[in-house]
Amino acid sequence: MRNRNPQLNSNGELQHLLTLDGLPHEVIVSILDHAAPFTEVAEREVKKLPLLRGKSIFNLFFENSTRTRTTFEIAAKRLSADVVNLNVSTSSTAKGESLLDTVDNLCAMQADMFVVRHAASGAPVLIAQHLQATGRDHIHVINAGDGRHAHPTQGLLDMYTIRHFKGDFTQLTVAIIGDVLHSRVARSQIAALTALGVPEVRVIGPKTLLPTEIEKLGVRVFHDMSAGLRGVDVVMMLRLQNERMNGALLPTPQEYFKVWGLTSAKLALAKPDAIVMHPGPINRGVEIDSAVVDGAQAVILPQVTFGIAVRMAVMSMLAGQ
Amino acid sequence: MKIRISNGRVIDPANHTDSVEDLFIANGKIIARGAAPDGFAAERTLDASHLIVMPGLIDIAARLREPGFEYRATLESEMEAAMAGGVTSLAVPPDTDPVLDEPGLVEMLCYRAKKLNCAHVYPIGALTLGLGGERLSEMAELVEAGCVAFSQANVPIVDNMVLMRAMQYAATFDFRVWLQPLAPFLSRGGYAHDGEVANRLGIPGIPVAAETVALFTYLQLAKITGARLHITRLSSAEGLALIETARANGIDVSCDVSINHLLLCDQDIGYFDTHCHLVPPLRSAHDRDALALGLAEGRINALCSDHTPVDDDSKQKPFSESEPGATGLELLLPLTLKWAKEKNLPLTTALARITSDAARLVGITKAGHLLPGARADVCVFDPAAQTHVSREKLRSQGKNTPFLGLDLPGEVRYTLVEGRLMFER
Repeated sequence: MRNRNPQLNSNGELQHLLTLDGLPHEVIVSILDHAAPFTEVAEREVKKLPLLRGKSIFNLFFENSTRTRTTFEIAAKRLSADVVNLNVSTSSTAKGESLLDTVDNLCAMQADMFVVRHAASGAPVLIAQHLQATGRDHIHVINAGDGRHAHPTQGLLDMYTIRHFKGDFTQLTVAIIGDVLHSRVARSQIAALTALGVPEVRVIGPKTLLPTEIEKLGVRVFHDMSAGLRGVDVVMMLRLQNERMNGALLPTPQEYFKVWGLTSAKLALAKPDAIVMHPGPINRGVEIDSAVVDGAQAVILPQVTFGIAVRMAVMSMLAGQ
Repeated sequence: MKIRISNGRVIDPANHTDSVEDLFIANGKIIARGAAPDGFAAERTLDASHLIVMPGLIDIAARLREPGFEYRATLESEMEAAMAGGVTSLAVPPDTDPVLDEPGLVEMLCYRAKKLNCAHVYPIGALTLGLGGERLSEMAELVEAGCVAFSQANVPIVDNMVLMRAMQYAATFDFRVWLQPLAPFLSRGGYAHDGEVANRLGIPGIPVAAETVALFTYLQLAKITGARLHITRLSSAEGLALIETARANGIDVSCDVSINHLLLCDQDIGYFDTHCHLVPPLRSAHDRDALALGLAEGRINALCSDHTPVDDDSKQKPFSESEPGATGLELLLPLTLKWAKEKNLPLTTALARITSDAARLVGITKAGHLLPGARADVCVFDPAAQTHVSREKLRSQGKNTPFLGLDLPGEVRYTLVEGRLMFER
């Protein structure tokens, strides 16, 4: 039975970053600490460090993404790595090549790191297990989002943002709002927030968008926005994908916005200094009102900036620099 | 060939006997137990001291993958596995390619199996053509060709009117209808039990309601049509409770469980172990415990391997893209022994679930017991030895099992089919 945590090596050190679920508190804090100095690099005229010079990083995207791929690419380039972008959804697997065959081919091109996005939960875990089983421990895998499972760098950049604006995690009440069922971001956020000792993590949404037994992840469930938002320090919005808006999960985007959309009036129920986060891309008028996006409490753009520093930290830590 | 199996502890669950005695075999039959018949001169004597002698196992669900999936397994490879596992009779589900919906195909399968001269094969015919859930198969012809029951394998009928008609038609002849409780829309797009583990891993879930809602329908239709209903591969405590309620209301329904669902639960998926991708999905630990108890108390009638050899390539994929199923022919006995040990069950009770009880479901009368006159299908195993589960040792072409790497109790020493010694170790 394959029950060894596949992201740790035999010494218990981080070999891959696949999920935040089960990642120890100290490891998360150490990644956030590593990221701090990288935010300054972005302020410099020459935004480059030589930490990953000579390393080949493959952005292996089996699912379309511009934003996440771009931030990984920028992070890698600021560390002086060579970056190759592969949109596999349009190339080899379409010709019938298996996931692991694709990986083996790229390994033969001396890859040092894979940044993987895949529509199926667990795909990056499978790649990591495959590399381990074939003795290629020098190659690292970063999960850039797999199915509904995990999006660990997004979770980490969210934690970085919260720490930046709020400091101490252990006094916070955090609400995650929207489509938790289909969200890898929400799963990574919940794992990180609980690991970092946030005393109350809430999820708010209709029953159709909250998974069965979600309480077992250590969250409080709310269906009513007013009750759920009352007194929170951090509001984390989730994206609602178009294909979920009209059908058996939700009747219409209009009704969703009316009940669960974040407006200034609803936000007023949170603490006055509450911050509003969103992993992007945002749907104005669907899950969040423009006034909130453009308002003083939104920290959505700082999230993007911090995201690059956090990804630089993860890449440099995995590559052992 | 005349064979004497001497000094073994002979367990015959059908007749509730468990004692050290000799077994005498001639002309493919068991001719005596205890004292040798007059003038019996054994051509071969198998010393079974410290070993257990039992009827050959009857596995009511084993996919041999022929025809159509020969890259996953062949009759040859799986028959060898059956012999190594002490399995002398097996019922095969109709989900081959083409589907077992035509008398000619069933005859060919029986002919091929007979030619190999190993385990006896009992085909289960498709209830509807191509398992398509639209047109009835030629059930009467299929039974003549050798089918012992009719099923939809893991492909549920969407149209309940067709299902009712199929059950009515089968009931006309008193044919057995074996159904997997799987509501089509509730199970669609799911790959694991809808619970904490699937939620953590982000695997789309299959709710228990996929089983219970289907059961409500099947049980109701059995009541109306009078069909002889057997429920295959139960996965949940609630499903079992529904069956018991139906029985209390006078509906005659039997059910079985697989070795996987008896001993594993969704937690065993660990980090996306695709060997635990099964149909139905592995459910909670609570469900597993309820099934293990239900089988011990006989509320679940039989235990099967649900043997499904899958090639490595189809397993080395992300969980939801991988092919479901696990190999199990060679593990049926060791896992039965493991369950018996955990439940502290007498062996006569435990072994009944894979011999006499299973025989009853398939309608086998001349095997599954050890009375004189029975077909000499016999399994002899060493209860003190262990079966180590490894890719190298498995004879099945499918190496896919969640039990890889484990040491399980018991090891088969001899397998006899109709008095022929087919396997020894």
